[in-house]
Amino acid sequence: MRPGVWTVYRWELRKLISLKRTYLGLAAAAGVPLSFAITLALKKGQPNDVPFGAYVHQSGLAIPLVLLTFASAFLLPLITALVAGDIVAAEDQNGTLKTILTRSVQRGHVFFGKVLAALTYTIVSLVLLGGVSIVAGSLVSGFNPLRSLSGTTVSATSALWLVLASFAVYLVPLGTICLVGVMYSTVTRNSAAAVVGTLVTVLLIELVGILPGLGFLQPYLLTRQFPAWQGLLRQPIDWSPITHSIWVCALYGVPAVIAGYLVFLRRDVAGG
Amino acid sequence: MEARGLVKQYGRITAVDHVDVTVNAGDVYGFLGPNGAGKTTTLRMMLGLIYPTGGSVRVFGRDPITEGAAALEGVAGFVEAPRFYPYLSARKNLEMMASYDGNGARDRVEAVLDTVEMTARADDKVGGYSHGMRQRLGIAGALLRDPKLLILDEPATGLDPGGMRDMRALIRRLADDGMTVLLSSHLLAEVEELCDRVAIVRAGRIVYEGAISDLKATAETAYRVRTNDNTRALEICAAQAGVSAVRADGLEIRMEANEPAMAELSVALVHANLKIHALVPETATLEDLFFHLTEGSTPGEISAPVIDQLAAGGAA
Repeated sequence: MRPGVWTVYRWELRKLISLKRTYLGLAAAAGVPLSFAITLALKKGQPNDVPFGAYVHQSGLAIPLVLLTFASAFLLPLITALVAGDIVAAEDQNGTLKTILTRSVQRGHVFFGKVLAALTYTIVSLVLLGGVSIVAGSLVSGFNPLRSLSGTTVSATSALWLVLASFAVYLVPLGTICLVGVMYSTVTRNSAAAVVGTLVTVLLIELVGILPGLGFLQPYLLTRQFPAWQGLLRQPIDWSPITHSIWVCALYGVPAVIAGYLVFLRRDVAGG
Repeated sequence: MEARGLVKQYGRITAVDHVDVTVNAGDVYGFLGPNGAGKTTTLRMMLGLIYPTGGSVRVFGRDPITEGAAALEGVAGFVEAPRFYPYLSARKNLEMMASYDGNGARDRVEAVLDTVEMTARADDKVGGYSHGMRQRLGIAGALLRDPKLLILDEPATGLDPGGMRDMRALIRRLADDGMTVLLSSHLLAEVEELCDRVAIVRAGRIVYEGAISDLKATAETAYRVRTNDNTRALEICAAQAGVSAVRADGLEIRMEANEPAMAELSVALVHANLKIHALVPETATLEDLFFHLTEGSTPGEISAPVIDQLAAGGAA
């Protein structure tokens, strides 16, 4: 079999499994919902200023949704950037890029194998955060029906499906951040710069959103696509923020991938 | 393997300046020059790692610059120190490279570990390896590709004398098995010992390309002559075309000339009824030639510390 994207992808996953950095992010993705659930079990208070914050004691299924809002500001972009920003730059810094680029696998395949591996890691961390928060939340506040954003009551089973779908919708902007991270990783050739660069980009986009006079840009800001999942929690389901999120994210993600790909393809491998 | 007019510029600095290199099948080809002469940059271009500003490379008729990895079929090697994933074992590193090679390389992992005598340490993480072990692992990684052309960039640099000897023995063995080897080095002794053809590069330019034996034969060599009448002989020597730097030195006359000129001179001496007691060539070593070529026309381009280093390397 000729080596290709699939070969690179499998080895990238194996490398991620052997790296400490990987478990740092995954530990955070599992630890944050766990400590949130434990805090709720011990204290009576609740976060009232976020969607579903008021219901965290009524239904455990509100807890993953509250975490989605909290984690979008910093935690999940950080976890994602930690690996995405490292995935190409680490090879530069170790000098191993020349090791793999003098084999029989094409540069483009190496790049896309890495993109897929970074996306896989993003998905795994989101699944972990979702899984832990659903289980821990249900243990703490019960697997109970959930009150939708339209005020209707949704049965526990339907609510579970809606929560899972919300995580899937949430993956769209988070995955886009991952692609931006890989782009930075390719362009900067420096792991730390790429991780910080990705986070700074997220914060800058957020900043643009709160600047006076730039309100018209808000619907097109990457970070403003995070709450798109809330459309699922309305009755009937409002798909418009979700479709909007998909094409806005594509506006960020596709150029990032193309830029990263072209830079990776054309660059000189002079270090190491 | 053929490079034609290779140029690499970094801004205003020309690292490689119209380099032509031809490596024929079966050659053990030495790419010799001081540090910073552009050897590694040239090798990187041959491996498709960096894009030349000008010129072309053909490896078995294919172009690694436009075709990428597909053109490197049958080619393997490393530039500068070989690099691995420190958090993986040697075997895992090799298995990964083999996967990236395809073409049955996975079945060769154990064999190449055996060739470089690393089977015993194969399951240790590469992070704990010594420099010498990494160099050997680099060769193992190259052999996985079952190459017809092996490109090695200063493979013995930084090794202790024993490691150096083993490395050279390994290269010799591979060459004897019919592999074509392109070996870059700043160690003259290494090239003299291993290679039959050589390109000498200085400041990004090739100053000599060809067989080492030709290089030695064409080079001006010092000769000592003793006759029964050195006074007359001195006149004849000085008048002989192709003979230079003639001077009396005790009972001998010293001069510089190449082989054909010396042959003519001996005839001239005999025609003058002189008896030649001795005619001794002082064979130039590659080191002399190397210094002659690399320090030649524009002195001061190579810094004194580099020359010191070269001298040390050449003597090793």
